[in-house]
Amino acid sequence: MILKRVFLNRLSGTWMLITLVIILSLPLVIGIALYLKASPIFESQSLYQLIVSTDWSPCNGNFGFWPFIFSSLYVTVLSFLFAAPICLFAAIYLTQFSSKRLIQLMHPVIDILAGIPSVIYGMWGIIIIVPFVSDVLAPLINIKSSGYSILAGGIVLAVMCIPYMLNMLIETFNTVPIGLKEASLSLGATSWESVKHVVIKKSYPGIISSFGLGIAKAFGETLAVMMVVGNMVQLSFNPFEAGYPLPALIANNYGEMLSIPMYDSALMFAAFILLVVVLVINLVFRYFIHKTQSQ
Amino acid sequence: MNKQKEIEELFFKFLSGFATYSLIAILGFIIIIIFVKGFGALSLDMIIKTPKGGYYYGGEGGVLNAIVGSLYIAFGATFIAILIGIPAALYINVHLVRYKRIQNTIRYFLDALWGIPSIVYGAFGFTLMLFLGMNASLLAGIITVAFLITPIIIRTFDEVLSTIPKGLHEASLALGSTRTEMAFKVMFKQGFSGFITAVLLAFGRGIGDAASILFTAGYTDLIPTHLDEPAATLPLAIFFQLSSPIPEVRERAYAAAAILTIIILIISLTARGFSKKYSKSNLK
Amino acid sequence: MNAVISETFTKTFARTPIIKLKRQESILQIKDLNVHAKNHHILKNINLEIPKNKITVLLGPSGCGKTTLLKSINKLTDLYKELKVSGNIYIEKDDILNTQRNVPLIRQKMGLLSQKPYPLPVSIYKNVAYGIKLKGIKNKKLIDFNVETKLREVGLWNEVKDRLNSSADSLSIGQQQRLCLARGLAVKPHIILADEPTSALDPVSSKIIENLFRKLKEHYTLILVTHVLRQAQRLADNVVFMNYGEIIEQGRPDELFSYPQTSQMKEYLVEGN
Repeated sequence: MILKRVFLNRLSGTWMLITLVIILSLPLVIGIALYLKASPIFESQSLYQLIVSTDWSPCNGNFGFWPFIFSSLYVTVLSFLFAAPICLFAAIYLTQFSSKRLIQLMHPVIDILAGIPSVIYGMWGIIIIVPFVSDVLAPLINIKSSGYSILAGGIVLAVMCIPYMLNMLIETFNTVPIGLKEASLSLGATSWESVKHVVIKKSYPGIISSFGLGIAKAFGETLAVMMVVGNMVQLSFNPFEAGYPLPALIANNYGEMLSIPMYDSALMFAAFILLVVVLVINLVFRYFIHKTQSQ
Repeated sequence: MNKQKEIEELFFKFLSGFATYSLIAILGFIIIIIFVKGFGALSLDMIIKTPKGGYYYGGEGGVLNAIVGSLYIAFGATFIAILIGIPAALYINVHLVRYKRIQNTIRYFLDALWGIPSIVYGAFGFTLMLFLGMNASLLAGIITVAFLITPIIIRTFDEVLSTIPKGLHEASLALGSTRTEMAFKVMFKQGFSGFITAVLLAFGRGIGDAASILFTAGYTDLIPTHLDEPAATLPLAIFFQLSSPIPEVRERAYAAAAILTIIILIISLTARGFSKKYSKSNLK
Repeated sequence: MNAVISETFTKTFARTPIIKLKRQESILQIKDLNVHAKNHHILKNINLEIPKNKITVLLGPSGCGKTTLLKSINKLTDLYKELKVSGNIYIEKDDILNTQRNVPLIRQKMGLLSQKPYPLPVSIYKNVAYGIKLKGIKNKKLIDFNVETKLREVGLWNEVKDRLNSSADSLSIGQQQRLCLARGLAVKPHIILADEPTSALDPVSSKIIENLFRKLKEHYTLILVTHVLRQAQRLADNVVFMNYGEIIEQGRPDELFSYPQTSQMKEYLVEGN
């Protein structure tokens, strides 16, 4: 009887440990697998060339990733510029100025929006944002645009990232002790001055981390962007032109991946870039958060 | 001087209020658009019929294939994720309870893992699938999604387990139970609502994700009967059929979106209810 | 008829052995102050006058409303939207409770010292300069002078003069509390509100703070919330004993502690010692 219990303890203890090791080694395994699959491409072109070259002609064996990296960065930066100020001010309002009722109401709303799948945001983008860009914004500055553009991608991505960033920002502001605000007010600051000089300053690491993680999420987002961004290989600073971010490249071409030589390596390389970029951003900013939390 | 301060104060209060309410408006707008479009397209046929004449060109039929496929994949993946995730979370909180540093490091890596984009999981799943000599199938989809949602299950469950008072561990061990018995009998019971929340969240993420199953689960008009057959899913039903030139097919995409949104809505609200119930009982 | 009654009234009371205090000049008058939370009456009909250049100690068991009373005085109750405050509080004949104008200026008439020091997330120098700058003073020399004077006033100058630009978090808790006091003094308040300012401090730092208070009452009026009976005995010129949101007794400490009139106060004195 006791033997059986000890044996069960050992057995399940081992199983628990194994599962933990499996999951913790997952990023490493993914990284290695993608790297191995991508490695043939390094034999024909150097890493530097792969990243900065703009020549993308898979049939000729030329894989220049710059147009895709550029599009990814462009869409991400654009979405960040739209989402960050709104999130910051909304988080300030909800934690500092609004009634308790509103923030209680907002919590489930944010939850639900964070849970809505990417593809549904994409559909909303096609129904609303794409026509809005082509019929309203483009004529406004006398440009012709199909609407499927970097700008549309940036807007949809911004809306997707809002619940994610807002949630983290609210959490950050909520950790500022009320005594600190009282101190600032008692010294004669108005409530906005207290927010500006004390609350924001105190939350600095949290704000930076929320923004960083928001950027990482935007950078890796696939379907919503891909559905509205146009997917054309080109380099243009005009946001009304189509773009072709890295995740869309992978998602669009997996079908022919095995029919063109080296194409699969190229796509796996794209996935590898995404993994490395997102993982590094995550590790850096999460380290920031863990560090400040343990203090 | 004072006038200037007052104006600044008013300006920023207005600005932040404006940001908040416009945000609420945008988000409300999204939900309304999806429901208006979706419910316009939704009918009984949509739910109980598979597409006729091809999902891309045939206008007849519904999205039953995608509903069933999505449920298969989400249930299968959640099941695997529970098998891997729950023991891992219990291990962190039972065996490693005295090693705070290791606990924190593990949590840090799990959080970072949560951030990996699903398209990367998709590419990895695809590589793994080729490596194992499998085809795009229900099983490959389930495995890929399981990878995607396991970190979510672990971290959500772990978050609840970590709030259980340490005294309980010692009391239970002092009474002569082994660590495993304690883990599954005491901790699991105490953290049960956390377990439900974790499972619901993971299920919601699993059923909504498209990028990870794009390469691995395939797409078909039929309802899969075996694990090695390809399976249609709701997110991909939306994605593929939305780009069809035929309006009736696009209607199917809208209907699928409404169904998916309703599922997510139910899951979010239930999960919230559970975590609320938990935090209440925790206060007393 | 009425005149007769009132005459006998005064006569009776004139004979009772209450030592009539010399009428003190009061700086702050509280009239019929009531504070309600959702379904909780936190402060009930508080009427109180605070004598100038004295230390008034608000004493009472925890949860009796001392802190809320303190926070209503400099309108920090505005921060807690669930609280409903009514009544009047006068400083120099101005009713500060029922105005929304110039709230920052009203608050600058009072310095606040809380239970735990909350240094602002900036340097030591900027902590003290914060309130001065908020007043609109931009002259660097003037600010420098004020910072130094206030830091000297709390006896911190020699300890921090070489690291004015390092973060205030780097100070010890006791030093932080003195920094918070200096910061409060820098806005030139008339009144200092202290909410159990020594409860988080070690005995040595507590003593420094107490000694500072004795010195400060030459120029400032102090209102001190505490639940440490001995501290009240050491410092108070005027004691206000509160329980369940009401003022039970008030008066000079020697009388109040030696001859408590109410059973609640007696009980508290026994338990407190």
